[in-house]
Amino acid sequence: MTYVRSTFRHPALPKNELGYTVDYYEGSLSTLCAGCGHDSINASIVQACWELNIEPHKVAKMSGIGCSSKSPAYFLSNSHGFNSVHGRMPSVTTGANLANRDLIYFGVSGDGDTASIGMGQFVHAARRNLKMVYLVMNNGCYGLTKGQDSATADVGSKSKSGSVNLFQAIDLAGLAIELGATFVAQSFSGDKEQLVPLLKAAMRHNGFAFLNVISPCVTFNNNVGSTKSYDYVREHVEATSTVDFVPLMREITATYEAGSVSDLTMHDGSLIRLKKLAKDWDPFERLSAMHAVHAARQRDEILTGLLFIDPESTDLHSMINTSERPLNSLPLAELCPGSAALDEINKRSR
Amino acid sequence: MSNLKKINDFVVRFANVNGTGSASANALFTKAVFRMGVPVTPKNIFPSNIQGLPTWYEARVSEKGYLGRREGVDLMVAVNPQSIKKDYADVKPGGYFLYDSSKPLPPGYDRTDITHIPIPLMTLCNAEFTDARQRQLFKNIIYIGALSALLDIEFSVLEGLISDQFKGKEKLIEPNIRALNIGVSYARENFECPLDIRVERRDLLGDKILFGGNSACALGAIYAGATVAAWYPITPSTSVVDAFASYAKKYRVDAETGKNNYAIVQAEDELAAIGMVMGAMWNGARAFTATSGPGVSLMQEFLGLGYFAEVPTVLIDVQRTGPSTGMPTRTQQSDLLSAAYASHGDTKHVLLLPASSKECFELTAAAFDLTERLQTPVIVMTDLDLGMNDHVTEPLVWDDSWNWDRGKLLSAKHLEKIYAAMAKTNGSNGSNGNGEAPLPGNIELDALTNDNAAPAPPLEQFRGKFGRYLDIDEDGIPYRTLPGIHATKGAFVTRGSSRDEYAAYTEDSEAYVRNMARLLKKWETAKELVPQPVFYPSDKGQGTGDTKSGFNSSPNAGVIFFGTSTDSALESLELLEADGIHLDAMRPRAFPFGKAFRDFVDAHDRIFVIEQNRDAQFKSLMMIELGIDASKLISVLNYDGMPITADNIYRQILRHFS
Repeated sequence: MTYVRSTFRHPALPKNELGYTVDYYEGSLSTLCAGCGHDSINASIVQACWELNIEPHKVAKMSGIGCSSKSPAYFLSNSHGFNSVHGRMPSVTTGANLANRDLIYFGVSGDGDTASIGMGQFVHAARRNLKMVYLVMNNGCYGLTKGQDSATADVGSKSKSGSVNLFQAIDLAGLAIELGATFVAQSFSGDKEQLVPLLKAAMRHNGFAFLNVISPCVTFNNNVGSTKSYDYVREHVEATSTVDFVPLMREITATYEAGSVSDLTMHDGSLIRLKKLAKDWDPFERLSAMHAVHAARQRDEILTGLLFIDPESTDLHSMINTSERPLNSLPLAELCPGSAALDEINKRSR
Repeated sequence: MSNLKKINDFVVRFANVNGTGSASANALFTKAVFRMGVPVTPKNIFPSNIQGLPTWYEARVSEKGYLGRREGVDLMVAVNPQSIKKDYADVKPGGYFLYDSSKPLPPGYDRTDITHIPIPLMTLCNAEFTDARQRQLFKNIIYIGALSALLDIEFSVLEGLISDQFKGKEKLIEPNIRALNIGVSYARENFECPLDIRVERRDLLGDKILFGGNSACALGAIYAGATVAAWYPITPSTSVVDAFASYAKKYRVDAETGKNNYAIVQAEDELAAIGMVMGAMWNGARAFTATSGPGVSLMQEFLGLGYFAEVPTVLIDVQRTGPSTGMPTRTQQSDLLSAAYASHGDTKHVLLLPASSKECFELTAAAFDLTERLQTPVIVMTDLDLGMNDHVTEPLVWDDSWNWDRGKLLSAKHLEKIYAAMAKTNGSNGSNGNGEAPLPGNIELDALTNDNAAPAPPLEQFRGKFGRYLDIDEDGIPYRTLPGIHATKGAFVTRGSSRDEYAAYTEDSEAYVRNMARLLKKWETAKELVPQPVFYPSDKGQGTGDTKSGFNSSPNAGVIFFGTSTDSALESLELLEADGIHLDAMRPRAFPFGKAFRDFVDAHDRIFVIEQNRDAQFKSLMMIELGIDASKLISVLNYDGMPITADNIYRQILRHFS
């Protein structure tokens, strides 16, 4: 981490449509380790929000506990945030979303926070299709407690101390697809060009948008033998598609043929142009996406890009028929039935 | 065998099989007595089971208006062969034993101190009805018919109840009336009707109603403007949310759009349920959850967050018999300590203690104002007895001029004013970005913060900068802003970790201590904000010597009780009065305890503390919070899972005066 931040800003920094320069979307100084993947993701979030012309006060930053969950303090300082308890970000976000459907809920979690202690809440937020961005900063270990394996560590992955993980890894992206998540993407903290457009698409998705982002832990899990190290991830990443929110996907291998192009209209009218790179995979077909993810695992590849999307997604509010006006803005007069109704209830109770 | 003549003063117990439709038939009995103007108290004594196990329903009829449970059964309606042996033994000498005589009783049922009333319920029912379900249901209605003849319950009252019950399903009225008549005829033809115990019409109830505590809590939430309910099913709290759902369907669907002005989510567990409530409350909607002891255990972590991060939360704890799974369908007041001090670290929580269905309504509604005013969780402590039984209670009253107190909420305009003050001194616009053209605040949320009974905040005290945890009013309660309220001002991160007055994370010991001390100051503020105790000074005593207090007990002792111990406790005080023991009493309605509570304790040499748990948890709260000497406090306990009775309290107190 660094202790000082330069206050110098280039006088010609470009402004977005709201008149804000990108630094307006930054947060307070990060206390994470220098080189932490999470900080790269935070920078991508800042970039995505700036590019999307998001009004910061229309975003609520939600998190649980862990290195990842500290992150919301490091972006969008003009947004409210809720750093809740370990593994419980999804429930707090569910309640917040029920109260005010007009905000963007940006949830940040980690692999411990999601794949272990918070698995139950993650699973249920996905199946309810809660409208939120659910981003996992996945480094395969518990950083704050000095590097224990997490449930996303691969079998055989070596920790810094040399111990080998014996247990099956939980594949969060594969699981999310299976659970019925309506937007599932996977990326790498070091690939801002891929991550920024994915984040933008996620924030415009009308439902549960899940992003599993491999984010190496430089301090405890960046050693030789770890499958979550920078070197390993760079060598094993396989991109499935380019996403044309900003068409800047870096192709890791040049051997893919140029595939078909699909235009996808989002809930708010914005457009995703998806350029398919992988063979035998259709991002609009859940089964196909599941197959692609499993097949890639067998090849020791980390499939990245937008893996699955349901463009017809309807969120929790639509399912339970909630008022279009946010519940937190309804005046008392519309909520309290008043004394006449109570008299009627009394009458029926005699 | 001599039967005492008891007009409007007896207990009927129905011994049924769970899942056979007996509950609605037995409720018919209670409502009939109620409609004849006579006080009646029903208690469900049911198993943790869907179908097939013994279940009892007990109704106490009391001309004097005693609403607590009473020991002893005057009339047993025994229709369950599984429990018949015990049911037979439980009838008081001089009482009556009504049973299904379709099959003869086995040998040994030959008590001479009771009157047997054999009615071949199954035979009568099968002769009249052919459908299997009807045969099961109407057997119950036939014994209600027989009781109407035996106990002199007006048949027209039963007819009225049946037609009210089946409004919209009129074709069900006729067979029900037919079943009632079968019972009436059989009783009249075979027994001398009415019995010596019977019901006589009175006008003792005025405009009182018969209402369950869980429904009343739900209604309190509806009236206080709760829009979000998140819950996980657990007996005995489930019917709180069920009732909320049905009231919401009736009163909260927008007539124009057909959309719901509420949201109910059945959560994956209690942890998620309370997390959702906190998320919603943090975001400005009124939200609540309902649970029981095991759920409170699971919610501990979040309750600690609510206390420390100062997030409003309403939790309704319908207590049942613990520990662990305990007896899930029996009552107790045994979550007091786990609720009052829920979570690790130094935490304490506001508890409300309703004693009637009316108070369930009022205190649940009050809980929302309190939690937003205090910015801390508020837990409404009811129990299975209060929640899952109907109770005679005063009619529910609502003042249409009431306005909700959303607590210390800052609007966008407030924030503008705070920073305008700084702009004057610093020449800056106070925003932490470069937004030359600040976006307008959220108009709808601003309307919400303005539609608030709270007084205008002293904005100049902020000295030009919003600080979420500044103690502006020196009452320990800070000001909060809602997400989305303003484009450039008032945002902060809510967190369960230590922070300074401006919500910035800190591990500075002094900042931590300042914060914890402020939370304690808030606790002091809470003491006088919560509903105050109700006092019952003895009017026949010789005085305690303390003329100021108005207490009058003789000997100098006071009695404390709360919640569902109330009816039986008040009855026991009358029993003691008859023995020349005149005691002052106090019924606390909330924790923490304020000055009035302390004064009552100080005015008496000895205090009896009546509560329904093993470990004297309320007494512990008094010792912990007020430092009261344990030797001054005498516990009167009941923890068998059944509602406490007046006789039990009477016996336990009397021991100390003989």
